[in-house]
Amino acid sequence: MIRAIRRLGGMLLTLVVSSFIIFAAMFAAPGDPVTFLIGNPENMTPERIASVRAQYHLDEPMLLQYWHWASGALTGDFGQSFHYHQPVIDILATRVPITLSLVCYASLLLSIGGIMLGVLAAVKRGRPSDTLIVGSTTLAASIPSFVLGIAFVALFAVQLRWFPVAGAGSAGMNRIYYLTLPALTLAIGALAIVSRVTRQSMIELFSSDHVEAARATGLAERLIVRDHVLRGSWGPIITMVALVIASLIAGTVAVETVFGISGVGSLLVDAINTHDFPVVQAVLLFMVVAYMVVTTAVDLLLPILDPRIKQKGVSA
Amino acid sequence: MTALLTPHKRVKRRRTSAVGYWISLGFLVLVVFAAAVGPLVAPHDATEIDFKAIWSGPSGRHWFGTDQLGRDLFSRLVIGTGETLIGPIVLLALATLIGVTLGVFAAWCGGWIDTVLARITDVMFAFPGLLFVVLVIAVFGKGPITAVIALALAYAPVIAKYTRSLALSEIARPYVDAYRVQGMGGVGICVRAIVPNLTPALLGYLVVLFGETLMSLATLSYLGFGAQPPSSEWGLMVQEGQAGIIQGHFLPTLVPGAAIALVVIAVNIVGVRVADRLLAKG
Repeated sequence: MIRAIRRLGGMLLTLVVSSFIIFAAMFAAPGDPVTFLIGNPENMTPERIASVRAQYHLDEPMLLQYWHWASGALTGDFGQSFHYHQPVIDILATRVPITLSLVCYASLLLSIGGIMLGVLAAVKRGRPSDTLIVGSTTLAASIPSFVLGIAFVALFAVQLRWFPVAGAGSAGMNRIYYLTLPALTLAIGALAIVSRVTRQSMIELFSSDHVEAARATGLAERLIVRDHVLRGSWGPIITMVALVIASLIAGTVAVETVFGISGVGSLLVDAINTHDFPVVQAVLLFMVVAYMVVTTAVDLLLPILDPRIKQKGVSA
Repeated sequence: MTALLTPHKRVKRRRTSAVGYWISLGFLVLVVFAAAVGPLVAPHDATEIDFKAIWSGPSGRHWFGTDQLGRDLFSRLVIGTGETLIGPIVLLALATLIGVTLGVFAAWCGGWIDTVLARITDVMFAFPGLLFVVLVIAVFGKGPITAVIALALAYAPVIAKYTRSLALSEIARPYVDAYRVQGMGGVGICVRAIVPNLTPALLGYLVVLFGETLMSLATLSYLGFGAQPPSSEWGLMVQEGQAGIIQGHFLPTLVPGAAIALVVIAVNIVGVRVADRLLAKG
């Protein structure tokens, strides 16, 4: 319980500091924040300056400005987008579901694929199929996601016409169909780390006493793997899968650009290109919060799933 | 049975990984050579536009074909090698300078300075992936120099954390006390004794990091945040060639894309081995 409160407190502190960095970054830009926020000198009309000053409360002390911005963000008010001329929260609301479905789809693929490959490699440890799995997943992790994505588009969308070239589709099955290639692209880079952790923690358990005892009682190897080896390895596997999923949210920036998906990641790229700083701030804050929520949630849930951790105490 | 089989297998596996190592090393030597003399040996200029040969396939005149402006892909690839490789090297050098300084400083001073530096690293780790870099680029504008400096700042905490853990065990060694008894100053001991002793382990880590930084920098260029046209940096080449994909012109984007992937794979294969050697020595 005390651990949970400490962990949540730590998360809140990091959140405050990182949100302050996201907010205060504009003051690091050379020149007046107003000129930075407006960007294009052609837009420098007195009304525009006044509206930007009002949106960011630029006439008040900096800490108060941050307070206005942060308390607004808590209630979902990120101000007006300079480029789209509508509330930032409305833009986010249309984009977030697409990115989340992409991340969920990719997470599903990478946890199933990664754990299966890891189990296979651990069971066949030292044999050619183990070497093949470890080697090919490591190779796959060395290919940047944007290169892999473009290769997929060229092969499966343009050449074979199995999948659409771009877009996120409408709702339901159509969306799953459209998001298959992007989700695969996101998942493949992460397969290596998930399968390696699965393999490693299982191999350690294979040589432990209770597995030896189970084997001595004459249990089938299949049951030993399922009930004694894999069961004991869930802790590190879940931790790693959660870490990977958390970082996938940031990984969508490149993949959404490759596949022309209008999610949060491509919104970030567009916002930087159009100099739309309120949107940049909102997207960055969303991604950092999502990352922290996932990692903290796993840290808190893990002792419930695996009581051994509670006794040992987690270092982290 | 297994006892008899194992040695045989191990020998076999070593041999294949050695073949991979030598192929990768040979490839990297070729790439470094291209980076050094690229503009001299390229058959065409990187910006030589030929509207009669737009999106032409591989031929004797254009080995890898041409792009959407009829520019020779092979020449652009070779000329772009230098810029593609120098970015990660500069950023790692910068990140190492900052990271090692902070890491050794934190390990040497301990106490609240160590705690403050650890907190700063924690906050940096709260920005997953390239998000910190994207924030810096949003504020200071796009461009290769901003991208390199931003990535260096993003990688510095990683190196600082690693250096700190290495330095802590190094500082605990008796020779440090011996220097102190001789009256040598803290900075002197750190610069002249501790940092040189950390170098092998640190170099091994940097080689492993190189592939990752090359991917990050290429990704930034692909997104349009790093190298700017008319540069032929590989990530930017992938982005410029992407428009041709839908019309079935794959080479302008897949050639530089494959080049990035191959270099990263080769660096990783060579890097793991070099890191092992350096660690064994240190």
